Amino acid sequence: MKQKKAASKAWPEKWHEINPGCMVFIPGNASTYHTGSWRAQRPEWDNKKCIKCGLCYIFCPEGCISEDAEGFFKANLDYCKGCGICAHECWPGAIKMFEEVE
Amino acid sequence: MGKRVGMEVAIAASEAVALCNIDVAAVYPITPQSHMAEHLADIIHDGRIDAEFITVESEHSSISACAGASATGARVYTATSSQGLMYMHEILPIVSAMRLPVVMGNANRAVSGPLNIWNDHTDIMPQRDSGWICMFAENGQEVVDMTIQSFKIAEHPDVMLPIVLNIDGFQLTHMIEPLEFPTQKEVNKFLPPRKPFASLHPDNPISMGCFNTPDIYAETMKAKDTALHNSKKTIVKIWKEWGKQFGRTYKPVETYRAKGADTLILTMGSMGETASIAVDELRKKGAAVGLVRLRLWRPFPLDELRAAIKGCKTLIVMDRAISFGGAGGPVGTEIKSLLYHDKGRPRIVDFIMGLGGRDVTVNDFIAMVERAKKKKDETYEYYGVRE
Ligand code: SF4
Ligand code: SF4
Repeated sequence: MKQKKAASKAWPEKWHEINPGCMVFIPGNASTYHTGSWRAQRPEWDNKKCIKCGLCYIFCPEGCISEDAEGFFKANLDYCKGCGICAHECWPGAIKMFEEVE
Repeated sequence: MGKRVGMEVAIAASEAVALCNIDVAAVYPITPQSHMAEHLADIIHDGRIDAEFITVESEHSSISACAGASATGARVYTATSSQGLMYMHEILPIVSAMRLPVVMGNANRAVSGPLNIWNDHTDIMPQRDSGWICMFAENGQEVVDMTIQSFKIAEHPDVMLPIVLNIDGFQLTHMIEPLEFPTQKEVNKFLPPRKPFASLHPDNPISMGCFNTPDIYAETMKAKDTALHNSKKTIVKIWKEWGKQFGRTYKPVETYRAKGADTLILTMGSMGETASIAVDELRKKGAAVGLVRLRLWRPFPLDELRAAIKGCKTLIVMDRAISFGGAGGPVGTEIKSLLYHDKGRPRIVDFIMGLGGRDVTVNDFIAMVERAKKKKDETYEYYGVRE
């Protein structure tokens, strides 16, 4: 069986569509996978308490927190998996987790 | 063809590796593989070949270093034995899943406990399901030839799988045998430089060893299993090429005086030499006994085995390992299962013997043939254990 390098962005459907060794030839393709679908809780920022230290941005394991023009922070909910690490690390208590409701 | 020399087989294994233009070796010494490790380190230290010898603190590290080096596109070799192979166990299926063509020599030795440094196959059998191509050499010349062949097979674009070459500890590693080495020019002709399917490089980022969620893992496993089954075609092709160039032919299943035999002995590894003498003795006395040698264990050469045992009434499987509390030795159990549906299949007698370096002599093989004749059922049996 000749081995091919599948370069399509599509998730392989059938077993023979998988690249040998599950190699991935598209760098940064994790962005096509929306980890936000796992989320049970959502972080919310209270900018009145925020001192703009940037710890939430540094600790977020998804790298989905970004800084806005005024220097405050927010999460991209496509990727925020609701782990709560940002809320745990925010020592001024500016981030609180809320249950996701339908 | 190069000249004929007398050499210890472990040393010869490393001399064969030196002919293969390797880039990296990561080997941790362990009895009875130590001479392989030491000699390869000497060859690289003396500058006889341009390769990196990574001194590691364990076998877990040696196989991990090999995986990393292989992922960059390097040609990689390692060797181990027994406890060392057990310590590699965690990494073995990762190497095959990543489709890295690492070549490993394994000096077969019993596993602890109790501690025993002598030969049997209890080290390789627990690695059976790791997804590696698994072969057995019978003598020193085969060790030399199969080591060189292994790099070509493992790296072939239709294979891309690691290979473990089993070399019976002491019985084979410590023998001094007359050996014929191909010249460097001949090896270069047979074994081209590795052309990796993909390799890690900062200029061209790719991901290897990726995470699998439940909705893709099963598909990945089927792909890996299929790749291993499919590799047989290429293995046979490359063995034929070797035969053409060097005059020594290799087959997944080999036979000796098996034609017209009603009883066949099946062996793996160095035992085949002794068993062939037993076959000669028995044939002299008029018994229709022959020998089948299983060279390839993974992928399992079922069609070739069927052809080799066609017409025989009793197949005696020599197992140098045991699946405790199970159906017998791993080889016997597997052959019984594979032939289960075959009409007119032979009666299969599975002997567990030769454990932990216990000698199996010509007389022992003759005694097992006698015992098999009397045996009524197909349950496994220990041979030579004091009752
Ligand atoms: S960790 Fe808290 S205080 Fe610091 S930037 Fe983030 S939200 Fe603001
Ligand atoms: S909850 Fe977790 S994933 Fe979401 S923004 Fe906070 S740290 Fe990041």
